[in-house]
Amino acid sequence: MMAVQLWQLLDLLLAGLTLGLGWAAVSGPDLRRSVVFFIAFGLLVAVVWARLRAPDLALAEAAIGAGLSGALLLSALRDEPDAETSDDVRGGPVAALVSLAGLALAAAFAWVMIHTLGAADPVRLADQITAQLPNSGVGNPVTAVLLNFRAYDTLLELAVLLAAVLGILALGPARTPYRAAGPLLDGLIRWLVPLLILTAGYLLWAGAHAPGGAFQAGAMLAAAAVMLRLGGHTIAGLPRPPMQRILLTAGIAAFVLVGVITTGLGLAFLQYPGGWSGGLILLIEAAATLAIATTLALAYIGGRPAGWVSEGSADTTTKIGGRD
Amino acid sequence: MLFAEITYALTGIGLFALGLRGALLRRSLLGRIIAINVCGAGVFMLFVAIAYRGPGQAPDALPHALVLTGIVVAVSATALALALGRRLRDSDHE
Amino acid sequence: MSDLIGILFVLSGIAFFAAGSIGVLRLPDLHSRLHALTKADNLGLGLLCAGLAIIDGGALNAVKLFLVWVLVLAASATAAHLIAQQALRQADK
Repeated sequence: MMAVQLWQLLDLLLAGLTLGLGWAAVSGPDLRRSVVFFIAFGLLVAVVWARLRAPDLALAEAAIGAGLSGALLLSALRDEPDAETSDDVRGGPVAALVSLAGLALAAAFAWVMIHTLGAADPVRLADQITAQLPNSGVGNPVTAVLLNFRAYDTLLELAVLLAAVLGILALGPARTPYRAAGPLLDGLIRWLVPLLILTAGYLLWAGAHAPGGAFQAGAMLAAAAVMLRLGGHTIAGLPRPPMQRILLTAGIAAFVLVGVITTGLGLAFLQYPGGWSGGLILLIEAAATLAIATTLALAYIGGRPAGWVSEGSADTTTKIGGRD
Repeated sequence: MLFAEITYALTGIGLFALGLRGALLRRSLLGRIIAINVCGAGVFMLFVAIAYRGPGQAPDALPHALVLTGIVVAVSATALALALGRRLRDSDHE
Repeated sequence: MSDLIGILFVLSGIAFFAAGSIGVLRLPDLHSRLHALTKADNLGLGLLCAGLAIIDGGALNAVKLFLVWVLVLAASATAAHLIAQQALRQADK
């Protein structure tokens, strides 16, 4: 009994802290403070995922939701000249109306949720997933859902990532690079980057039977790229642009190749033949890791790195910017 | 419904409302992007809270997979929005 | 019995974290706040990891927790150095 009440106290504390940090992240005129609160909010949400028994999500949220998002926002903040007082929340009657509408919306959602989910036992897919897990080729149910039962959704998600990075590349050249690191940061980078690459390989392999997988591994490699860029290596460990193009499309290419082969064998698109599921999933995940890492690294760089456009071609997009 | 399920689902709904209010009322693009990310975190929390089955049983893996997809898509959308904002600012200062 | 020792370690780690946070809130300037933050938090994390390793009891997890502590030590020391360096640079301008 005592344990149950302690857990409830923990849940209330976590929920209250999360709401407080979320509130701090979206209010106040100081943008730098908002960004820092947002990073702390992301880390607290990762703790909530761990409490709700979602370790895959906790890994991904800490690496991507808090770490990479925070790094992106901080690098965007660098370009803001007056970040301290630039962002007042609109006041007055409009604000009060919007707040009231938000409160009413939240209350309506809460009422609907409690009435639909607390009611009779709904039909859930969880039982079917547990039943089919031994046939899926992996032991981790989240990996099985992502790479086997709902593989088509993951293929489309990789396409969404590609579309986003194509937009980023089309919008302009890379952000201003950083100066070369001093001895302390340089030493830290020299130790951390190999460790991150090793951890990424481990997460990719372990994703079959333990929390992990392609997204977490790709995020580790992207973190290594962010560290390299912050230490002054402008290319952030990426290969030359022709290889970057191949890496960006590697995930989708692996999926489509496997799908075409399975269709040629007479099965449905992406229906893995019996016994081959585990190997095919690992192959697709490896390609997806490289694609996700390159995508996130280029997203952090913020534009076309040097050498992307071939020499001598008329770069018409710089007409508006005027400086390139 | 479990206590943890209700608590975190309500927190998720509250975060969504907070983020929505911030997205509508903030003046700068960066502030709006942060608010929309908070919205997203609220939606994810609702999903994961629904998937929770208690300390004895394994949680439902399907919402976990959906949220994992959502986290990665959210960060790439944030990066695209920031690149668009930088482009707009450069063309404003022309 | 070992559980009790582990819990004692964890509680003292939390006390150090609290001391570090109070230091950040109450100390007057940037450099003293950095001092409180890195020293108190690193020791707090070390005690926390030691307590968790004792409660868990396995050797592999104890090694992993030790590695976690070492990595946080390195990262926070570097971050504190960079912040202090930047603050000095801005103060000289």
